[in-house]
Amino acid sequence: MKRLFESRPFRLPMQRLLLTCCALFSFSALAAPLVEDTMAQRVLACTGCHGAEGRAGPDGYYPRIAGKPAGYLHNQLLNFRDGRRQYPLMSELLQTLGDDYLRDMADHFAALDLPYPAVRATGPNAALTRGEELVRKGDAARDLPACASCHGDALMGVAPAIPGLIGLPRDYLAAQLSAWKSGIRQAHTPDCMAQIVKQLSAVDISAVSQWLAAQTVPAGARPAAMPARDLPLRCGGVPASQTAGGAAR
Amino acid sequence: MKRVVLIVPLVALLAALVWWSTRHNPGPDTPAIANASRVAAPPAELVARGEYLARAGNCMACHSARGGTPWAGGRAIDTTFGTFYTSNLTPDPDTGLGRWTATDFWRALHEGRSRDGRLLYPAFPYTSYTHVTREDSDALWAYLQTLPATQQASRPHVLRFPYDSQTALAVWRALYFKPAVFQADASQSAAWNRGAYLVQGLGHCSACHAPRNALGASEDADKLAGGLMAGQNWYAPSLGSPHEAGVQGWERDDVIALLRDGITHDASVAGPMAEVVYGSTQYLSASDLDAMATYLQALPAAPSAPATGRAITLDDAQRARAARLYADHCANCHGEQGEGSGPIYPALDGNRAVTLDPPANPLRIVLGGGFAPATQGNPRPFGMPPFAASLSDEDIALVVSHIRGSWSNAASPVSVIDVQRYRGNLR
Ligand code: HEC
Ligand code: HEC
Ligand code: HEC
Ligand code: HEC
Ligand code: HEC
Repeated sequence: MKRLFESRPFRLPMQRLLLTCCALFSFSALAAPLVEDTMAQRVLACTGCHGAEGRAGPDGYYPRIAGKPAGYLHNQLLNFRDGRRQYPLMSELLQTLGDDYLRDMADHFAALDLPYPAVRATGPNAALTRGEELVRKGDAARDLPACASCHGDALMGVAPAIPGLIGLPRDYLAAQLSAWKSGIRQAHTPDCMAQIVKQLSAVDISAVSQWLAAQTVPAGARPAAMPARDLPLRCGGVPASQTAGGAAR
Repeated sequence: MKRVVLIVPLVALLAALVWWSTRHNPGPDTPAIANASRVAAPPAELVARGEYLARAGNCMACHSARGGTPWAGGRAIDTTFGTFYTSNLTPDPDTGLGRWTATDFWRALHEGRSRDGRLLYPAFPYTSYTHVTREDSDALWAYLQTLPATQQASRPHVLRFPYDSQTALAVWRALYFKPAVFQADASQSAAWNRGAYLVQGLGHCSACHAPRNALGASEDADKLAGGLMAGQNWYAPSLGSPHEAGVQGWERDDVIALLRDGITHDASVAGPMAEVVYGSTQYLSASDLDAMATYLQALPAAPSAPATGRAITLDDAQRARAARLYADHCANCHGEQGEGSGPIYPALDGNRAVTLDPPANPLRIVLGGGFAPATQGNPRPFGMPPFAASLSDEDIALVVSHIRGSWSNAASPVSVIDVQRYRGNLR
């Protein structure tokens, strides 16, 4: 839109500005009342589902996208557009958008720094204990690495391409892990998550989802800049230098 | 099953024709390149021209699966006759075109026949490509040979009886297809002729913009009178009617901008047309865009098809609810009075995309939302949210009825049944 929009903010008449502020629009509370040549204005198409500014959506299924690592978000947008993840309402929307623009969108949402809502505490139970164990330690007997070994000790993800696991709804987590198990969700090859999920039973999936969704995200938490140690498996879309053996593998 | 009843006697009656038309017809004499093609690498400028022509034909969009290897085929095309899968066009000898010659390729484009003589289905728009010259066919062929060979066997089509037989296809071709090369019209300008060649040939605009009969054949392809895209729930509006997609009264530059950038001050392309701009017309040279616009603007202006006269009326309570839905969900962007916002958000008042009959497109857009295509002239388009998940069928019908009947718009309302008919995979 360079030619059309170079340095021209578009302003609506005052009257509409007022009406807009009063409208019961799902994202009007936070949307700038002016129609402006900004990224936030462009992605109003997304925030109706993902919540104002990508804070997390209206029900337990729309994932938060604000503040996630930019490379991860970009990979997901490519995955939806190119059919490695299935959700028609998103993939149709992205069909005629190029890699560069999707990178700009990913950068926009990654840069938003919004507090996560606190999670209501639940009493301890066996599933939570099992979930925490798998996340923190994995299961050496089954050759299952700890989730934290890739997703970071704080479980907030590792820049640029590994997402955080806390601050996500339980239903969403369980649905993603199951989708990987049935092959409906795929990542760039080699798809390390597909290998991990192969080792998880339905009970394991439920346990980790429950425990992860019960964690409150600390204020100011951000994705780690670097993995604490080499990743236990090679993951497509993640820089090779972060994996055991680095680029040599 | 009316179609089956129709086709069975045809099969019997035309058996002789079938025999005649399935005979192997060698192509016309082969220019030197056919024999030289696999011996010496084709010259660079021929390859470059072929690449350009492949853009003009949007071949890659059909011949690549979503997220798959470009040109290796496998994209599913849903039609009322079943699902077609596109072929692998890379030079792989076993699964692609590796053993083909330039003449085999020309025969596919021009006559709709595969290398082994098999009749090809018109889901491959050879009914348009037949107009392509042998010279351009050879350039396309030269380009295809430079692609990396990818081994990927073509998936068999999944078609319903009787469309799955070569006999039915032979009958269809006897009735509706005749190979033809574009003939210039000496009474028209060079630009008009170039535009006609692109629109009727590689651009295959009639594949969507011409009405189709019960057997899927385009009727009066050169009139581009508008057609429902079978299996896709979009309506490709008439390029002859100024009330639909005709551009007869436009400024030349706006027609060019629409095809190149996907957006002008008061129109933008959506859905399948956004894919055409994204994959094809944005890459055309300035002179080819000018030629295409010249031809489109000279199409005879035809009246639009008579409205279907649906008898749906809204009562006062429904009208009030519809206005409320519009104010709550749409006015932010499109304006209280449907006036839009500059080139960012299109006006809905006086917008022909809103008042189209059949109402497939406004319903698809409200259900699925969308961005104009990202092009060089419009690299970061603005988006419209999808409402398929947040509004009920009743509310979608009401809000679309509202925009079709408010301000200066006077199109018929839509029903819940319309919403369900065009919703497709958008849920
Ligand atoms: C109709 C609602 C809807 C709209 C509109 C929408 N999304 Fe989504 N989005 C979803 C749902 C649901 C998922 C989870 C889908 C799944 O994997 O099953 C998702 C997943 C994602 C993810 C992956 C999140 C993760 O943690 O893996 C990203 C990134 C994303 N959306 C970005 C966007 C952007 C950018 C837009 C606008 C261009 C957008 N979405 C528009 C509903 C929507
Ligand atoms: C070898 C490294 C590795 C390990 C170990 C690992 N993950 Fe992942 N995980 C990834 C990568 C990389 C991605 C991003 C994949 C993509 O691009 O789609 C990911 C993505 C995810 C997602 C998607 C998040 C979202 O927002 O949609 C979930 C959920 C997830 N992992 C859960 C787990 C769980 C639970 C475990 C432990 C049982 C685990 N992971 C172990 C590397 C790993
Ligand atoms: C609208 C989608 C579409 C477009 C655009 C398209 N094709 Fe195809 N093409 C098909 C389908 C479907 C088939 C398979 C037809 C069949 O098997 O009967 C096919 C088959 C072919 C074949 C025959 C392959 C074989 O093994 O017999 C060739 C050659 C071909 N296309 C070349 C092209 C070229 C060159 C272009 C661009 C100028 C192009 N196609 C554009 C859909 C398309
Ligand atoms: C794959 C199907 C398809 C093909 C091929 C196609 N169109 Fe379209 N076209 C559509 C649909 C659907 C619409 C209605 C949606 C819209 O308004 O953008 C449309 C709309 C249009 C419009 C009106 C746009 C507006 O906003 O007023 C023009 C002009 C147009 N097409 C020209 C062409 C030309 C020229 C070609 C050939 C180069 C072509 N189309 C090829 C499907 C197609
Ligand atoms: C966040 C801003 C936004 C909102 C809210 C919005 N739209 Fe849109 N709308 C757009 C944009 C941007 C386009 C152009 C999309 C394109 O070119 O594909 C558009 C296009 C359209 C079109 C097609 C117009 C054309 O010229 O092709 C219709 C019809 C439409 N919107 C109706 C609605 C209705 C009805 C609602 C409320 C239910 C609504 N819109 C809400 C931004 C919005």
